[in-house]
Amino acid sequence: MTVKDLIEKHGFTPLSLPDPERTVSGCYIGDLLSWVMGRAKGDNVWLTIMSNVNTVAVASLSDVSLVLLAENVRPEDAVLSVAEAKGVNVAATELPLYEAALALRQDV
Amino acid sequence: MSDKLTFHFDVDGESFVSAGQASVQVKKNLRELGLPPEVIRRVSIAMYEGEINMVIHANGGVADVDVYEDKVVIVLDDKGPGIKDVALAMQEGYSTASDQVRSLGFGAGMGLPNMKRYTDDMVIETVVGVGTKITMTIRL
Ligand SMILES: Nc1ncnc2c1ncn2[C@@H]1O[C@H](COP(=O)(O)OP(=O)(O)OP(=O)(O)O)[C@@H](O)[C@H]1O
Ligand SMILES: [Mg+2]
Repeated sequence: MTVKDLIEKHGFTPLSLPDPERTVSGCYIGDLLSWVMGRAKGDNVWLTIMSNVNTVAVASLSDVSLVLLAENVRPEDAVLSVAEAKGVNVAATELPLYEAALALRQDV
Repeated sequence: MSDKLTFHFDVDGESFVSAGQASVQVKKNLRELGLPPEVIRRVSIAMYEGEINMVIHANGGVADVDVYEDKVVIVLDDKGPGIKDVALAMQEGYSTASDQVRSLGFGAGMGLPNMKRYTDDMVIETVVGVGTKITMTIRL
């Protein structure tokens, strides 16, 4: 499934979608950046509530396909500009982490 | 051995916001060179962890990346406080990061272990009160 299809199917709110046709495969959940870099795999959806600019850098370097912000967390506009510029897809959902993970289950 | 390419960066110790820029730039450069995605990922992550450590723990420093035919070598050099007990610092979960730094998502004590895990060779030279130099090699 592509990032775009996943977002549409679940009604997530797209916040930055520079690379909508990327394939999503698997999911990693976490807020501690070094855990994410050690454990997330390329093309994973990264489910988190951490939304500062370092999130974008980590997403870019670990090559996840989408940062999905749970609990309706919204980053500052400046963070989203960086995400656009770096080709990092970001979306938000009002679901808490657990419910969001369950929702993704069949699709990633 | 012929040096394909070298990159040099000054890593600013003042700003968390720009932290990671050198790593992101290296990632871009390696992509343009056409290196395999998995190699790029390992280099980028190892370098980012080292770069962030220089910002958080050592007030910045310099980063050099050399791309050879058969390997990528990353050297991170700082004039920070040094690491008193390297074996302890290498343990997963050990961190001296401040609460402020933790609130940004750092401080899990996983950076150095990640650097070791994603590289084929890592050498830490450190002197307390003088600084730390970390050399990482990723073979192609
Ligand atoms: N360049 C450095 N100069 C001085 N001390 C360092 C340096 N790099 C690491 N350290 C010390 O080693 C400890 C462990 O580093 P490590 O990168 O594993 O974890 P962290 O930076 O504290 O947290 P994380 O990397 O998970 O965000 C640090 O907390 C710090 O005390
Ligand atoms: Mg670290």
